[in-house]
Amino acid sequence: MDYVTLAQGAGGVEMLELLEKLIFRRVDEKLKHVEGGVGIDVADDAATIPLPDGNYLVISVDSYTVNPIFFPGGNIGVLAASGSINDVLMLGGKPIAMLDAIVVEEGFPMKDLEIIVESMLGVLREENVALIGGDFKVMPRGQVDKIVISTTAIGISNDPIIDKPRPGDKIYVSDFIGDHGAVILLMQMGLDKDVEELSSGSLRSDVRPLTKLMIPLLSKYRRCINAARDPTRGGLAGVLYEWASKNDLLIRIVEEEIPIRDPVRKYSEMLGIDPLYLASEGVAVLSIKPECADEVVEFSHKLGFENARIIGEVRQSDMFRGYVAAETTIGGLRLVEPPRGEIVPRIC
Amino acid sequence: MSSLLEDMENLLRKNKELVRVVVRKINEYWYLYSRKTGISRLKIMDFCGTHEWTITHYGIRSLIPQGIELVAGPGCPVCVTPSHYVEELIKLALDGIVVYTYGDVYKLRSHKGVNNIYSLSEARAVGGDIRLVSDILVAINDARKHNKPSVFAGIGFETIAPGYAQAILRATIPSNMKILSLVKLTPPAMFYTLEVSREKPTEPPIMGVIAPGHVSTITGAKAWEPVAENYEIPVVVSGFEPVDVLVSIMEILRQLVKGESRVVIEYVRAVSYHGDLTAQSLMWRVFNMVDDAWRGIGFLPKSGLRLREEYSEYDAFKEYGVRELNPADWKYDMPMGCRCAEVVLGKAYPSQCPLFLKACTPQKPIGPCMVSIEGTCAIWAKYGSRELLLKLSSELKSELGA
Repeated sequence: MDYVTLAQGAGGVEMLELLEKLIFRRVDEKLKHVEGGVGIDVADDAATIPLPDGNYLVISVDSYTVNPIFFPGGNIGVLAASGSINDVLMLGGKPIAMLDAIVVEEGFPMKDLEIIVESMLGVLREENVALIGGDFKVMPRGQVDKIVISTTAIGISNDPIIDKPRPGDKIYVSDFIGDHGAVILLMQMGLDKDVEELSSGSLRSDVRPLTKLMIPLLSKYRRCINAARDPTRGGLAGVLYEWASKNDLLIRIVEEEIPIRDPVRKYSEMLGIDPLYLASEGVAVLSIKPECADEVVEFSHKLGFENARIIGEVRQSDMFRGYVAAETTIGGLRLVEPPRGEIVPRIC
Repeated sequence: MSSLLEDMENLLRKNKELVRVVVRKINEYWYLYSRKTGISRLKIMDFCGTHEWTITHYGIRSLIPQGIELVAGPGCPVCVTPSHYVEELIKLALDGIVVYTYGDVYKLRSHKGVNNIYSLSEARAVGGDIRLVSDILVAINDARKHNKPSVFAGIGFETIAPGYAQAILRATIPSNMKILSLVKLTPPAMFYTLEVSREKPTEPPIMGVIAPGHVSTITGAKAWEPVAENYEIPVVVSGFEPVDVLVSIMEILRQLVKGESRVVIEYVRAVSYHGDLTAQSLMWRVFNMVDDAWRGIGFLPKSGLRLREEYSEYDAFKEYGVRELNPADWKYDMPMGCRCAEVVLGKAYPSQCPLFLKACTPQKPIGPCMVSIEGTCAIWAKYGSRELLLKLSSELKSELGA
């Protein structure tokens, strides 16, 4: 008997294998997208549909199962709104509307539910995103763990970003990576009381919509952006590996250029996890044409993303297609393997 | 916000300037040595899995002359634990005994299996009570709570034995928990490895040893004197940061140039010549030295620890009737086609194994070297194999130059 494992839902190699076998292979090629748009033939959780006026509808769907549901820096409601908004932004869309589905466990405190929903609506209010539909269900006690939220975000784009990194591109990150993953991991291990940085507030989830970065970037530098992703499950390593392998390219990053907060570095080392695999919920990774790289970084700094920087580059290589390599802190070289196994379950 | 401790760590981990100086020195010694001897290739054995991790994770091979081949040794306890004992643990689990084990051992595959069950993780899937723990104290606390018959799988090297000894001497172990001591001693394995390489020299030969840092905190650097003496090669007890390893390589080359073969401690901040005498005496009070089997290798004299007679009430071998292997019935116990035993002895690189990253991957490991985080195959699978990184490094360098 074969059973589903946690690793198969962790956004890594195992999940891609399972989805290929379970879903992608069973869907006819012509039904993997709407004509003129992209669908599961390109990405697994977001799509575009062409509109008669030449624009595109950009749609993204995600379920949120984070454990714990309240964490330093946010809660499952903030995450559910921000996560799907970010997916739309990364496809080059301007988010305009959202639908939600909330499944709650019987006996869940009403006060907590109110806080979560209010947090979610707060994000939508701030982002000027309409809530246009939804579903609400209660499951008998023990048949779902507290609360699960699914959201679908909808946006409009005149030129969607279909990830296509090209040789010569620079790899850009907008902020410190791995904050969300580190916080959730520490909470899950019951270390929240022991970690001074959590109680003092110097380490918190980075969950937030990336609208303030992406909308100005898209309007000014869309032509420079060849690929855009937010490194959630699987972290930075997951995004870079996917770009390299799907496009037969070599990506080289410089380890010491990667912005990682001291506590994230410290605790991930303690727990034996490489921060490159930790999820971020408020970071953009872009593949940018080399001639715009400096300008985009500078522009990001002006927008308040002062940690934005270039951490590597995309290369053509005959021998090393689909590889991600890191220059180490001492100037050596190693590979960055794709995320495997269950790194942190219920991270988002 | 940087503290003195962080500065210290960065000095050994991120100091490119220092690394450049050491690498320059390594190149100088290498030039002198090969000019003097005409030797263009040699091997330095890094005995510990943790050293191999540092070397591969920091890309040290791409920084030093290609003629110096760093090759991992038997310093991976999970890799050398005989398949037989994994099967015995599976049997205990199937008999309803709670098995406490480290994460690596949990995934380790046995050669023959027990009723088609090949690992403790499979035993758990059919109802075995296997509990993963980080050390024996966690197991003790847990076993006390449930009072069910339990066994702690004591797999490791000298570093873990004093802890077990202390737990026994302080009588903190509840009567329902027994220890299956599979502790191995590293010096005999190093002697054996070098003996094999002397009888049948590898190409190129092993000309120096980066000796275990953690084990040496207990045994002291003196444990390696016979290596320097009998095999006339430099031995450097090294720390685990990249600069430690580079300095150790530099010292080995320095000795080779001068024609010396001495034991030198690079890891002076933790290791002394005589080691931790208290820990040693604890260990010998509780344990006996026995001839022990190493997976894929066979019996090595005086290379394992079992509980002494007076502590047999704690001994899972006695209490649960776990069958000991003996030299007469030892059989080669690596999976078909797997070259882990040669990898462990520094005779083959993982990438020379026909299964490496083909049938045998980190997701579905076949051989023990792919299971353990200290296994060379697992490390190479994660961070890249030697020749691949050397090729990639030269491609990147030539592009930068162009």
